[in-house]
Amino acid sequence: MLRYANPAKFFSLSGMLLPFLAAGAALCVALGLCLGFTAPPDYQQGMTVTIMFIHVPAVIAAELAYGAIAVASIFSLVNRHPLADVAARTAAPLGALFTALGLITGALWGRPMWGTYWQWDGRLTSFLLLLFLYLGYMALWNAIEDETKAARAAAILALVGAADIPVVKFSVDWWTTLHQGESIMSGQIAPIFLKPLLAMILGYQLLFLTLWFIRIRTAILERRARSLMQAAP
Amino acid sequence: MNGFWDMGGYGAFIWPAYGISLLALAGATLWTLAAWRRAKARLSALEKK
Repeated sequence: MLRYANPAKFFSLSGMLLPFLAAGAALCVALGLCLGFTAPPDYQQGMTVTIMFIHVPAVIAAELAYGAIAVASIFSLVNRHPLADVAARTAAPLGALFTALGLITGALWGRPMWGTYWQWDGRLTSFLLLLFLYLGYMALWNAIEDETKAARAAAILALVGAADIPVVKFSVDWWTTLHQGESIMSGQIAPIFLKPLLAMILGYQLLFLTLWFIRIRTAILERRARSLMQAAP
Repeated sequence: MNGFWDMGGYGAFIWPAYGISLLALAGATLWTLAAWRRAKARLSALEKK
């Protein structure tokens, strides 16, 4: 993996991968929407089950983005690699966006099904904490001027905050207050809903990767431009 | 068509959920591409100098 941590290598490799990632994202989302809107109403949830097709993928993308930041932060702290900092930093706004979408779509699903937009339930609260972790992480990057120091502080915050990810995951088992349990891996979901859900999950993760890679590439170009400016002011 | 938009009575929750998701993701995509183009243009302008 470190072989590709060279900015020039990442640049050429991501350039090759990007068309496939973007096309894959578009295809999966299109397929997921077609299957999702032609699926019959759920016997308990009626048509609100269609919200699941955008809620679950957004939540998974939010967690994937945080996982990406955590892994990049380890590389940043251990290997002191500048590309690791760029990778972590550029993933954060995307993760925050997916977290916000997870919260909003969840609220709009919760109102008709649970009778409330919000409840201080274990899953909901730990997931809201994830949004604050993202915002705090981004704020920390912006607050410290010295980039090396900012990278270290942000990486440490990201790794401490990573403890929230298993809490989000297991919250539905620890506190059975409101949010339902896990149903994909345990096979409790009908195939007619599972197919569009999986297509959308894959589509959202590919979209995250597409946008993340473009953002890393953008940051690499910006850094080159900065060093050119410094070389010849 | 009325039945489709009505979504079994839940249209008022389903369509905003989809609308906000579409706006946010399309917006993020356009924003990301705009930043990429800006960075590329700036670098090539600097390299020409």
